[in-house]
Amino acid sequence: MYSEKVMDHFMKPRNVGEIPDADGIGTVGNPVCGDLMTVYIKVKENRLEDVKFKTFGCGAAIATSSMVTELAKGKTIEEALKITKSDVADSLDGLPSVKMHCSNLAADALHAAIKDYMKKKEVNK
Amino acid sequence: MGYELRKVYMDNAAGMPVDPRVFEAMKTCFIENYGNPSSSHSFGASARNALMESREKVARLIGTEKPEEVIFTSGGTESNNLAIKGVAYRNKNRGNHIITTTIEHISVINICKHLQKQGFEITYLPVDEQGMVDPEKLRDEITDKTILTSVMYANGEIGTIQPIRDIGKIARDNQIYFHVDAVAATGKVHINVEEENIDLLSISSNDMYGPKGVGALYIKKGTRIQPVTQGGGQERGLRSGSENIPGIVGMGKAAEIAQERISVEGKRLQWLRDKLIKGVLDTIERSYLNGHPTKRLPSNANLRFSYIEGESLILGLDMLGIQVSSGSACTSKTLEPSHVLLEIGLAHEEAHGSLVFTLGNQNSEEDVDYVLEVLPGVVKRLRTMSPLTPKEMLR
Repeated sequence: MYSEKVMDHFMKPRNVGEIPDADGIGTVGNPVCGDLMTVYIKVKENRLEDVKFKTFGCGAAIATSSMVTELAKGKTIEEALKITKSDVADSLDGLPSVKMHCSNLAADALHAAIKDYMKKKEVNK
Repeated sequence: MGYELRKVYMDNAAGMPVDPRVFEAMKTCFIENYGNPSSSHSFGASARNALMESREKVARLIGTEKPEEVIFTSGGTESNNLAIKGVAYRNKNRGNHIITTTIEHISVINICKHLQKQGFEITYLPVDEQGMVDPEKLRDEITDKTILTSVMYANGEIGTIQPIRDIGKIARDNQIYFHVDAVAATGKVHINVEEENIDLLSISSNDMYGPKGVGALYIKKGTRIQPVTQGGGQERGLRSGSENIPGIVGMGKAAEIAQERISVEGKRLQWLRDKLIKGVLDTIERSYLNGHPTKRLPSNANLRFSYIEGESLILGLDMLGIQVSSGSACTSKTLEPSHVLLEIGLAHEEAHGSLVFTLGNQNSEEDVDYVLEVLPGVVKRLRTMSPLTPKEMLR
C-alpha cells in the first residue's frame, strides 16, 4: 500500500527529536483523529539551520514528517514556506489517496513553526 | 540476523489458511463429484450425499441432532441477514422490536439500521468496560412488541465471550427468538444450540480453517422465518441458488476437524494467549488488555499501547515478519476507530493504539517468544518519536 520511499522514511525517519532552544515550534493535528505532529526549527541568517520533528500517527504521518524536515533543512524562510503537501507526497513517490488528507500534515506543521518564529521575531523587535 | 526470514502470522481473525485435509476433500468436488444435488441421476445423488454428510458434520459441531436445521449460505454476513431479516419480516404481525448490542459485527449493526428504516424498533444494548452484556439489562428491555434478540457469541476484536446461556433462557422465558452470531467463536469454543436455548446461529467456514465464501445458519425447527432471496427453493426454500458443493464439503470437513481438536487446541491456544498477554503487560509500560481477562476467546489477545498509533505498530511488526490487526482509524476504510473499542469506553486516542493478535494452529510457543522479544523495541521506537510520550518515560 505504501511506496518503498514511504517505508524507508517510516523505518529510518530523518531528524527525529526536539530542538531545546528552537526558534519556532509548530504543532498540527489531534490525537483524537490519530495524527499529531510537532515541527521544531532553528533559524540562522534567514535559513532553516536545523529542523526536527515528533509525530504520533500512522506510517504516512511519520514518513511525511521525516520528508518535510529533509526538504526544509537548509532552505530560506521564503523557500520553506513554498513547500506544499503535494511536494511532500511527490517526494515520497505518492501516498494512498485516503492518507492524503488525514496524514499529510507535515507541511502545515512546518509552516506553523515558521509562523511561530516570525511572530516571536515581531515581538522581539 | 534472521529476523527477516521469520514469519509469524497472528491475524487469523482476518483470514485463516485452509486445512490441507479440507482442501483435499474439496478437490474431488471440482473434478469428479461435480453434479448438482437437484439432478435425478447418479451424479446428483452423489452430490446430495456430500451435502447431507456436511450438514451432519456441521450439526454435530454446534450440538444439534437434526442436520435439517442447518442451512448453508455464503458466509457469516449472509447468515446474519437471513436470520435477522427473515425472522423480523415473518413475525412483524407479532411485533416490531428487536434487541441487539452496540458491539455486534458490522453486518448485524447495518442489518438492524436497515430494518429501522422500515419501521422496526431496535434497542442497542450497551456493554460494560470488558465488553460484557448484562442479561438482566437485556431482560429489562423486553416489551410485548419484542420478537427477536441478537447477541454475538464472542467478539472477534476484543475476544469477550457473552453469557449466551443466560440470555437464551431469558429469550425462551419471554417467547422471543434468540439469534447468535457465532462467526468469531466457531470451532474455538464449545457451542451447544440446544443447551444454550439458541434459535438461530450464524457460523462461517473460514473461521475454522475451511474455505472462504461459505457459511451456515442453524435454524431451530419451528422457527417462523421467511427467505430474503427468491429463486429455485434450495435449502428448504430459505436459501435459493445452486449449492456451493465444494465449499460446503470443505466446511463440513473443517467442522469435523474442529470438533475433534477443539478441546486440546483450545487449551493450547489459551496457554499461548495468556503467555503473550502476560509477557506484554509485564515488559511494556503503559500497555493494557482490551476485553475480558478470562471470558475471552482462546485465540484472541487485544492489547493497547499508550502514546502510539496502531497502523505504525502493524507496519513496524510486519517489517519483522509479524502480521497483526489494529482497531485504529488509520487502518479502516471509514477512518473511524473500531466501534467496539469506543463502546467499551476507550477514548479515540486509546483506540488508535490497539493491536489485535489472533492466534491459530500454525502458531507455536516460539512464535509468541519472538513477538515478546521484538515488540518492546517496536513500541519503544514509536514512543521515542511521539510527542505524546511523557519525557520521563524515555529516560
